[in-house]
Amino acid sequence: MAAAVKRPPLPAILLANDLLDGDIVFATAAPDGALVWTRDPAHALVAADDPAAERLEAYAANQLATNHVVDAYLVDVAIEGGLPVPRHYRERMKTLGPSNRLDLGKQAGEGIDAQSKRVSA
Amino acid sequence: MYRYDEFDERFVRERVAQFRDQVSRRLDGSLTEDEFKPLRLKNGVYLQLHAYMLRIAVPYGTLSGRQLRQLALIGEKYDRGYGHFTTRTNLQFNWPKLRDIPDILDLLADVEMHCIQTSGNCIRNVTADHFAGVAQDELEDPRPTAELLRQWSSLHPEFSYLPRKFKIAVTGAEHDRAVIKAHDIGLRLRRHPDTHETCYEVSVGGGLGRTPMIGKVVRDYLPKPDLLAYLEAIMRVYNLEGRRDNKYKARVKILVHEIGVEEFKRRVEEEFARLDGPSVNADPAEIARIAAYFAPPAYETLPEVSRVLEATKAGNPAFARWVETNTTPHKAPGYTALTISLKPIGEAPGDATSDQMRLVADLAEQYSHDELRVTHAQNLVLPHVRQRDLFAIWQKLGEAGLASANIGLITDIIACPGLDYCALATARSIPIAQAIQQRFADDERQRLIGELNIKISGCINACGHHHVGHIGILGLEKRGIESYQITLGGESTENAKIGEILGPGVAAEDVPEAIERIVEVYLTQRVGNESFIESVRRLGLAPFKAAFQEVAHAVA
Ligand code: HEM
Ligand code: SF4
Repeated sequence: MAAAVKRPPLPAILLANDLLDGDIVFATAAPDGALVWTRDPAHALVAADDPAAERLEAYAANQLATNHVVDAYLVDVAIEGGLPVPRHYRERMKTLGPSNRLDLGKQAGEGIDAQSKRVSA
Repeated sequence: MYRYDEFDERFVRERVAQFRDQVSRRLDGSLTEDEFKPLRLKNGVYLQLHAYMLRIAVPYGTLSGRQLRQLALIGEKYDRGYGHFTTRTNLQFNWPKLRDIPDILDLLADVEMHCIQTSGNCIRNVTADHFAGVAQDELEDPRPTAELLRQWSSLHPEFSYLPRKFKIAVTGAEHDRAVIKAHDIGLRLRRHPDTHETCYEVSVGGGLGRTPMIGKVVRDYLPKPDLLAYLEAIMRVYNLEGRRDNKYKARVKILVHEIGVEEFKRRVEEEFARLDGPSVNADPAEIARIAAYFAPPAYETLPEVSRVLEATKAGNPAFARWVETNTTPHKAPGYTALTISLKPIGEAPGDATSDQMRLVADLAEQYSHDELRVTHAQNLVLPHVRQRDLFAIWQKLGEAGLASANIGLITDIIACPGLDYCALATARSIPIAQAIQQRFADDERQRLIGELNIKISGCINACGHHHVGHIGILGLEKRGIESYQITLGGESTENAKIGEILGPGVAAEDVPEAIERIVEVYLTQRVGNESFIESVRRLGLAPFKAAFQEVAHAVA
């Protein structure tokens, strides 16, 4: 699997499945500016222009090649209440979890530590 | 039940060890995802939307209490405390971590289970009538055949890289409860009118997915001993001539369709004649050995009808209703086959919690000769229940939320995982099933409507069998939102038929209303005690289409 094939319209975020656990992770900027993964969609780094999107693509390619994640690709988002929300309902599901089980997945705060937990709208 | 011999046991253990090694090589980076993916798929490990998914084979849907209890344990220890029973009578766990899967496979091997050939282009888990061995309309138990095919097809070197997946179903009964006509090969045990010997009717080229087809009969009476040679001939013709250039045209149904059933038959017969039958066919001693595992349990001699049961029913209408909808007449006097509904109103069809699995395992051990079945309709069956024990079972099921009296009714909906879990989905299926269930939750109303199968898939792959639902619902994407296409008149029985599209797709929130309109046409136009599907056959599509279009246009 190569890196994200076709770039979606911007702004966009990068998401993937963690190799070991399989759950969804998002590229974010660490305090030092380096790209790292977070499980919290609220912290996903939003690429608003081409250089930023290229940086995310390069990170995806690197992380796939070094076996940290699988199925990494860019997702176009809208900014709602200051947070990135995927425009397509499929990827929105990925940032939430099964809609019939609100007790599971990110919508239930799984894998997201308490401090960084997004206040649900 | 079938028990592994030492060969089966060693083979499964070796496979677990091999996969453990493959996972560790994936985790340390020596295998890339491209290299690893085909290996994980061979062991039933998929990547879904939110997590990995593990598909566990339940051969011909038969489980012991111990096996179900082990599944409960795995669900609790390594997943989120529940599993999903599928239309292929398998069990899927939705949240396993890759690092845990080798341990899960070891736990499965402890109870003679595995995930081999639950994915990939091979012969998949062989399914059978869920009332195998107990149904009154049965000529012969299909499971010895299914088990023979399982052994023959497991790691068959010639058939490990077929053009596409391959599914076989077997029934030994007059009424088809195994949807054999929607399988690549469907087998029906039947008696030859002249010789009175048991033979197979062999159908080929059924399948759902993007090009649904009903299987076509290629042999009316195949002598039983010739089974493996004949199937080998079919597989060879398919393996050589099935299309590998386009995965959407790679199933055997397309080959049968493209060259025609007569030509396909001719090629199979030619290959069959060329094959050295005796070297391929199973040794009669082996067939007898397998059959012995499926001998009926030692039933007690009981009166045809239990007086205890009749008396309890008389004093308890809710119980009586449940007995009426959820039990099926049994071969043995005084016994019944009990279907436990995994469709309580508002729950995901086919989901069972670990606690529920444990309860059913206990009930199977205590009341059903330690045997249970998974049905393609995503329910569970206790096949050998004494009628007089039904009340005790009902009470225990009730405490666990498993006493829904809706088998075969409008809320007994088949639904694939859809976009709530599946990475291939174009729309959700589970919430649609839940909304329809809520709308038709009233017990009396359900009974008034009678038998009606609704089947829902979240994409064109048709894992939820929507094409063969009396009412089929297919979730698609239309202009960035979920849209549902509704079909009518499909049948999954011996009268197998693909349903026809009623009109334009409707939005999720309009689906229950659309179903309501269709049901109303039936209720107002039915004659006598005609069932829904009988009315559809008699009336044709037109009145239903008209009623449906009102909804579709109102919202368009
Ligand atoms: C990760 C989840 C799944 C994936 C990737 C998947 C994939 C597919 C695909 C690609 C097809 C179309 C095959 C073809 O037309 O050649 C298909 C068909 C089918 N699948 Fe699934 N499926 C999944 C889950 C399920 C589940 C949960 C069930 C049972 C509820 C199921 C049962 C079936 C059945 C019955 C068919 C149609 C029969 C046929 O093969 O023609 N699958 N699946
Ligand atoms: S029908 Fe589609 S959405 Fe449903 S399980 Fe199959 S592949 Fe997934």
